[in-house]
Amino acid sequence: MDISWDLLLNAIAAGLLLGGFYAAVTAGISISFGMLDIVNIAHPAFVILGSYLAYFININFGVDPIIVSILMLPFFYALGVSVYQVYYLSFEKRGQESLRGLAFFFGLLFVTEVSLILVFGVDYRYVEAAYIGPSIHIGIVDLPLRMLVPCLVALALFSAIQLIITRTFTGRAIMAVSQDQLALQLMAVDPIRIKRIAFGLSIATAAVAGALLIIIQPVEPSVGREYIGRVFAICVLGGLGSMPGTLIAALLLGVVESLTATFYGPSWAPAVSFGFLLFTLAFRPAGLLGR
Amino acid sequence: MTAVNTAKFSLLLIVIGAAVMAFAHWVHVDYLFFASYTILQFIIMATAWNILGGYCGYVNFGSAAFFAMGAYSSVALHKFDPQTFEICFTDTACMPFHFLDWAFPLPIPVLIIIGGIVSGIAGFGMGYLTLRLRGSFFAIATLALAVVLQTLVVNWDFVGGSRGAYIIRPESVEFAGITINYIEYLFALMLVLTVIALVTARTIERSQLGFGFATIRDDELAAEACGVPTLRLKLIATTLSGAFMGMAGAPFSYYIGYLQPASAFGLEYAVNSIAMPMIGGTTTWIGPLVGAVLLGSAQQYATVTISSAVNLLIVGLMLVAFVIIAPNGLVGLVQERWRTWRKP
Repeated sequence: MDISWDLLLNAIAAGLLLGGFYAAVTAGISISFGMLDIVNIAHPAFVILGSYLAYFININFGVDPIIVSILMLPFFYALGVSVYQVYYLSFEKRGQESLRGLAFFFGLLFVTEVSLILVFGVDYRYVEAAYIGPSIHIGIVDLPLRMLVPCLVALALFSAIQLIITRTFTGRAIMAVSQDQLALQLMAVDPIRIKRIAFGLSIATAAVAGALLIIIQPVEPSVGREYIGRVFAICVLGGLGSMPGTLIAALLLGVVESLTATFYGPSWAPAVSFGFLLFTLAFRPAGLLGR
Repeated sequence: MTAVNTAKFSLLLIVIGAAVMAFAHWVHVDYLFFASYTILQFIIMATAWNILGGYCGYVNFGSAAFFAMGAYSSVALHKFDPQTFEICFTDTACMPFHFLDWAFPLPIPVLIIIGGIVSGIAGFGMGYLTLRLRGSFFAIATLALAVVLQTLVVNWDFVGGSRGAYIIRPESVEFAGITINYIEYLFALMLVLTVIALVTARTIERSQLGFGFATIRDDELAAEACGVPTLRLKLIATTLSGAFMGMAGAPFSYYIGYLQPASAFGLEYAVNSIAMPMIGGTTTWIGPLVGAVLLGSAQQYATVTISSAVNLLIVGLMLVAFVIIAPNGLVGLVQERWRTWRKP
């Protein structure tokens, strides 16, 4: 079988760009699931919510979706803080987080999706921006700006989170709370407050990820479901709580998915993440860079 | 003691089932059969979910996948034609399947059993790969399973791919010389399955197996330290749970007449089979039954009168409200009242 080299190179380039975007979607899960041990399966639903808000403001006021998403950050942070507050009071405090907490997030996912269907309908929605359409060429490789811009923004977001977590006091406290909550309490830090901040941060990333998603592809309310398997696969593959691991895993998944889509057809791409997830769980549950 | 109770309980359920059947036959409105079929299907799904979720404490988000696996195994066998089908090893050496002529088309009870086996194996495999890790991995893997199986079915042209498959069901079925309306036949089969599912769930609950499950739910580490074979018990639970979901799905294509991936893998199966036990109460067999009957009838009513999107929203909101406010469901609420009333 002879492989056409420009097809292969283009697929890899597209995969890397896609992977950068996946990293932005997974960053939030990496914080909530990887560090706080909160299985927030509703995260993709918040991403879709971010997409629709970006769409709504972009269509009505012509504001660039990325700027909208940055303006949305405080609101999503507040949303995350309040969701965590409910979660803490109803489940974590009573020690029932495993079964009922999961059901709670599943319910949230479902309510968000159905509400979006009721408000916006099931049609695909898309945004308008100057960088949707043109692409730049490097040799034989095409880099569509529609993918390049989200990838760069995603990487910026990812680095910002990595800086917050490793360089600031609160960030280090978030890492600490993932390791030993009691020890943190003995250092006179309120672990619940830290967790609340961390969860707010994780939902805030959904605002940006949502705006990037709707730049990359048209969005309808149930698109989020495809991302559940993907983000958790990336998170587990990268190693729980490891941000560099998450980035590597995201790029890897992006490339493999893009190659699958190019050589076997796009309808097979969703199966890749599941294969990744199962192989990781079966052979290296700690992930690539897991502790 | 358990044996006698189980026998009596089965008899009671069979009597109730026969009464329901007789009543439905007497009223003789086809819509009634259609609507009650859905409710019975939800009772089985909720009970099956509860065997793993309620008794063991492991959440399965992929109910739709197991259901669809049952439904699609029926479609595949329905389309399978032994007259023309053959497996070719080389261009000339082909293995024909004429010897299967006598069996096809398979009767629905056989399809139900096959659907159960297929989904049971899938449940076992999922459990084996993920249950040795933390509990939440199983939940995530089941979610991903639904997406991937949907991908496979969409790409599988034999069962219609994303276009879906039509199943033309016979008008009626001949049974020991009596002609029975087909929807009545399906309804009766579902009724039998429901009785089997409920008896199984209740028997598990009262047996050593059920106590083993309860120890896993309450404290898996302690259970393991005490010598409870947790992995084996969990695998039994995933297999049983998956098998019942598959059995509930197997006759679905005959009921609905047209099966497409988006409807068979619909999120509403997943959310309903979680919401019904959660709303009814997860620790007993009554919980899923109560939840499924209440929520199922309410949904049938809301779908006809309002719209199907709104009724799903109601299910989601009720799920969230119940897990926050009444963690033990309706059955838990009643038990609490009962206790305070008896001990003032």
